[in-house]
Amino acid sequence: MFRFIIRRLLFGILVLWLVSSTVFGLLHLSPTPVEKMIAGPRASAATVALIRHNLGLDRPFLIQYWSFLKNTFTGDLGYSYVTQSKVASLIADRLPATLWLVFGAAVLWFVGGITTGVLSATKARGLLDRVSTVFVLIGLSIPPFLMALLLLFLFFTKFGDWGIHLFQPGQYVSPLADPTMFLQRMILPWLALAFLIVATYTRLTRGSMMDVLSEDYIRTARAKGLSERRVVYRHGLRAALTPVITQFGVDLGALIGSTIVTEKVFGLQGIGQLVYSSIVQGDTPVILGVTLLTALFVVVANLIVDIGYSFLDPRVRLD
Amino acid sequence: MSLSELAADAVPADVEPTGRQIQGRSPFRLALSRLLHDKMAVISVIVLFLIVLFAVLAPLFASITHHPYGAQYPDTARDSWGLPKGPSGDFWLGADPLGRDVLVRAAYGARISLGVGIAATILSTILGVIIGVLAGFVGGLVDTVLARFMDVVLSFPYLLVAIVIATTFKPHSTWLSVLITIGVIAFFSFAAMARIVRGQVISLKEKEFIEAARSLGASRMRIMFVDIVPNLVAPVTVLGSLLVPTAIVFEATLSFLGVGIQPPMPSWGSMLNDADYRSSLWLLFVPGGLLLLTTLAFNLLGDGIRDAFDPRSERLITRK
Repeated sequence: MFRFIIRRLLFGILVLWLVSSTVFGLLHLSPTPVEKMIAGPRASAATVALIRHNLGLDRPFLIQYWSFLKNTFTGDLGYSYVTQSKVASLIADRLPATLWLVFGAAVLWFVGGITTGVLSATKARGLLDRVSTVFVLIGLSIPPFLMALLLLFLFFTKFGDWGIHLFQPGQYVSPLADPTMFLQRMILPWLALAFLIVATYTRLTRGSMMDVLSEDYIRTARAKGLSERRVVYRHGLRAALTPVITQFGVDLGALIGSTIVTEKVFGLQGIGQLVYSSIVQGDTPVILGVTLLTALFVVVANLIVDIGYSFLDPRVRLD
Repeated sequence: MSLSELAADAVPADVEPTGRQIQGRSPFRLALSRLLHDKMAVISVIVLFLIVLFAVLAPLFASITHHPYGAQYPDTARDSWGLPKGPSGDFWLGADPLGRDVLVRAAYGARISLGVGIAATILSTILGVIIGVLAGFVGGLVDTVLARFMDVVLSFPYLLVAIVIATTFKPHSTWLSVLITIGVIAFFSFAAMARIVRGQVISLKEKEFIEAARSLGASRMRIMFVDIVPNLVAPVTVLGSLLVPTAIVFEATLSFLGVGIQPPMPSWGSMLNDADYRSSLWLLFVPGGLLLLTTLAFNLLGDGIRDAFDPRSERLITRK
């Protein structure tokens, strides 16, 4: 167990190093140098050279890379080229919006997916099963941004036309400052994100549940005369949830990096929007900071899943 | 009895047709016949055929309407408020805010979606099969390195890195942007393929026929690519067919964010990006509907293919 965790930790550090180095290298390969993007198209050669010098971009590549590694390792993400503010505080400002977005969507898709999954497994081929199959299919096929656009069209534009102003997408508002506004802003992004993923969970729970329900010990439980509800929820669901929870951890980690589209469509100012605008502006330190953070989420989520697995399923032994 | 007589005896010239003859059928033919009995899969094939036809006929739409895909008609395609006009005899599926023909652009966009989706899938399949076979067959250090490499690629925040790559090499020519988009998508999807292939190869290489090939003195290259690869056709076809819709969504997303296919070439994703659909529904529903229809059809077909190769697998669509 201990050796396993150490090995996974080392692999996680390797991933972080490779991801950030890849992005670092890529940004240096850019045919339009960063200083030109920051100076703007009409800046004089002298200005560009000055910016280049001030940002330390005239140093040799390996020196820049080394100082990036050294600073990152000591927890210093540097300063934004564009706004001059600390990358860490820029991220800290934007992180709540993204975390709330992912958290709310995760609750929706986890609860929704498991409920529909269990119901369609116990009443396989019933009406609910068929209806959920159609939704699963659409959820698996539709591009995230299209889902967001359609929800925005129906619940904002159309509802607005009909005089219903329930959902008001826009900039993130803290739930502590204005809970109503917070919900008005967040519900549509939550739905957009959850709808895509709930499909996978419904399928996964349904498949896993059907496997478990055909096991011998479920027959034993029924033979003991337990109520069907107890058999399904106590004996069945618990065993069926292991693969679902594994997937949950992985998705949750990966999602932080892919909220870019949802944030853009709904105008939420989270880290997705931050990194997108930084990429467009050539703000290297911010791009690297967000990349590291999102990779860190993936790595930590995978680690938690691996360890949690052995607690959930006593048959799994880590070595 | 001479040899020729023997041969004539063994294969009678004219066999009396005694009921149905039994034919040997290859696994591939079996799968195909199962697929043809799958209603949803057949409908998907028809839908995809129509979309391909739509894409192929793009220049025809342009010449019938006299609207090349990049041409703007700010005066005839927009009303006095400067808003794009809806579907009419002149612009069959309406116009966009710049006064371009939505039908013609959607048809050229179909070429991009299908072309990029299929090209990226082929590229990632080739990469995935080569890397997966090498890792699984050679084993040892090669396997460790390649398998770790797959793990690393799979734990990349792929959309973020894809945007960085696409922006870094933001090309000024449309065709270069198509190639880069294909490359980026292939890079982020080959690992899933490689991982499955590797698993298959590890179990295949212990089979007797591989041992037989080795004892006959076949080289490692020959065993890998002549003996093993043909046995991978079923899993690779199944996964490949499901990679196509993923690649199409990936392309549309990159183009929607403005870092995929560069103008003047239209793509469904970029059409949705500059869609001010509040007043002009067709700007949302024409490219959006086509996109959803295409990915739905590919997913249903892929599901049918999986079922045809392995009838015991769990289906997306429940029957009866």
